[in-house]
Amino acid sequence: MADMMKRVPVREQDPKVRATNFEEVCYGYNQEEAVTEAARCLNCKNAKCIQGCPVSINIPGFISKVKDGDIEGAYEVIGESSALPAICGRVCPQESQCESKCIRGIKGDAISIGKLERFVADYALENDIKPKKAEETNGKKVAVIGSGPSGLTCAGDLAKLGYEVTVFEALHELGGVLVYGIPEFRLPKQKVVKKEIEKVKELGVKFETNVVIGKSITIDQLMEEEDFQAVFIGSGAGLPMFMGIPGETANGVFSANEYLTRSNLMKAFDDSYDTPIVAGKKVAVVGGGNVAMDAARTALRLGAEVHIVYRRSEAELPARAEEVHHAKEEGIIFDLLTNPKEILVDEDGWVKGMKVIKMELGEPDASGRRRPVEIEGSEYEIELDTVIMSLGTSPNPLIASTTKGLETNRRKCIVADEENGQTSKAAVFAGGDAVTGAATVILAMGAGKAGAKGIHELLSQK
Amino acid sequence: MYKILKAEKLAANIYLMDVKAPRVAEYCQPGQFVIVKMDEKGERIPLTICDYDREAGTITIVFQPVGASTTKMTSLKAGDSFRDFTGPLGCPSELVEEDLETLKQKKILFVGGGVGAAPVYPQVKWMKEHGIDVDVIIGAKTKDLLILEEEMEAAAGNYYPCTDDGSYGHAGMVTSKIEQLVEEGNHYDVCVAIGPMIMMKFACLTTKKLGIPTIVSMNPIMVDGTGMCGACRVRVGDEIKFACVDGPEFDGHLVDFDQAMKRQQMYKTQEGRAMLKLQEGDTHHGGCGHCGGDN
Repeated sequence: MADMMKRVPVREQDPKVRATNFEEVCYGYNQEEAVTEAARCLNCKNAKCIQGCPVSINIPGFISKVKDGDIEGAYEVIGESSALPAICGRVCPQESQCESKCIRGIKGDAISIGKLERFVADYALENDIKPKKAEETNGKKVAVIGSGPSGLTCAGDLAKLGYEVTVFEALHELGGVLVYGIPEFRLPKQKVVKKEIEKVKELGVKFETNVVIGKSITIDQLMEEEDFQAVFIGSGAGLPMFMGIPGETANGVFSANEYLTRSNLMKAFDDSYDTPIVAGKKVAVVGGGNVAMDAARTALRLGAEVHIVYRRSEAELPARAEEVHHAKEEGIIFDLLTNPKEILVDEDGWVKGMKVIKMELGEPDASGRRRPVEIEGSEYEIELDTVIMSLGTSPNPLIASTTKGLETNRRKCIVADEENGQTSKAAVFAGGDAVTGAATVILAMGAGKAGAKGIHELLSQK
Repeated sequence: MYKILKAEKLAANIYLMDVKAPRVAEYCQPGQFVIVKMDEKGERIPLTICDYDREAGTITIVFQPVGASTTKMTSLKAGDSFRDFTGPLGCPSELVEEDLETLKQKKILFVGGGVGAAPVYPQVKWMKEHGIDVDVIIGAKTKDLLILEEEMEAAAGNYYPCTDDGSYGHAGMVTSKIEQLVEEGNHYDVCVAIGPMIMMKFACLTTKKLGIPTIVSMNPIMVDGTGMCGACRVRVGDEIKFACVDGPEFDGHLVDFDQAMKRQQMYKTQEGRAMLKLQEGDTHHGGCGHCGGDN
């Protein structure tokens, strides 16, 4: 009998091997492992885990189906709440959401909800299990801007209710941050993202790539000229921030967005694609979030020695614990309590190093984290050929600046109601990073769901 | 897919295509650009819009092969398609957004260098359509490399071709023609200079000396073209701007061209390697001294 206090471990690619390839790190559960893990679930009457899920998946419901070996049934239960389980099973911060509420977790390991979700979703993709679609359309047209997590979720939910949904995507591939931001080794594009988007297509959602709303056509024009009765804006937070220190425009300094877009969207890591990338021999990634980990692990796989340069200590790293753990296993070096002062540039305009300063933690700041303070006189130089700035992103102003009557806040985020996504403009809804600033895939999905609910409430009255 | 309706070689190494892209053609303005991607594995290439036909839903692009993707693009014929064609991107030209009556009071000089004649053309044509005669200088190395001559002659008030080798028109660089026109007593309120970075740099040095405010159109390295990657950042005065969303047009007297030219070189080695691979295919196994082989 397995130890009911311990979760079934998940198989992973060996760190030494995976540091040199772009194959997925985590192999996930097989059916036997999944059933064993599912058997640990207490099937709580008042399931706290559901409250921890931004899209309220009936977690004990799907897990009990897994326990019974009814994987298709489990997929149906998840499908009631989420259109993208194979993606969420991989990239959700379960440890701080559903799994953090798990009663099993009080005395032992929480149920491995994320890995079980992933198993069920992968099974559905491999066995081509179709999602349930609306029997007929209601003839009402809704436009969704952006094919990232919030847009896909909103589109999927509305299509299930019978709406005729068109998703407009600015880039040439569908998926938003799922394809340009998150690397292949965490989220395979062909095997997972593309297939899961196919499922949304099967619900009847139409997709148009290469349409930049605000440039190709505006929201007002979509409503006036193309008869869309409501619009959901899920355009994400795509604008990269820089530090504003000397040397930042030198060759060899990239935003994490650029570096990851070249590798993920344009597949620069694969020689048969035309887009180049600077691999770098010694790379510093400035920042400590999930995107910083992704950029660092990408540079490592391209052959570089990689340092994470972060101004606070390990406890404050905003990245998921699992990502930090994986990065360390693979050989990423963490230069903590260290902050860049200047990027040093050679006569050809290329990065040759970075001047940094040691930091110490002072009193807590507005975010509640202890504020990093420079230690006077502790500057030193590190030799580098590449610097990747991963300091966060802000929403793209393209849509806000071209849509009359759409209110934004100080941080350039679109103002929208949390419950239903309603913006200051009639029949226009918004959600995801465009509203909150950079956050997580699952929070964006939650906002997409709220937006779908808001749009349905509005249009079903008409 | 975006169908190519016309494909023409304008000069050695300069190609023109009309592409069916109704969503781009409907609202585009002079000064804006598109991003094209030839196929699954191609790069996203930013190209300035050279002309547009709203009725037909077509966009005219003009390009020079510089890397692997643009070299492959030269083999496309009428009837072929681009996998992706996005736009219009960037801000419309400052001048077309200005009050028309104010604009009509201005004396405007356009300067195009090489393939830069292409982005100059839609602005000149727009001026003509709005009853404004402008002076246009177009420079090329030699007569055979001058493009869009007929179109330019039809749309410009005065058209001054220049060749570096003196084989046609004014003998010398565009900068010497600017100086000559001013010496002859012409007054200009504003100059629009578009072409290779080095030409824009020297055109700006000349117009600064002559006191003519000058607008340039930057063509830095880009990936997405929507403000996401920051690859196209340009120093303009004390500020860092993104050419794709803040530009592509900027005050030429404030642009840091030296830095922009250095940034242009960022992928030179990799591009060279990709080109060699393209030209020599499987026969290329290193030894060229640049690439270290295909490993």
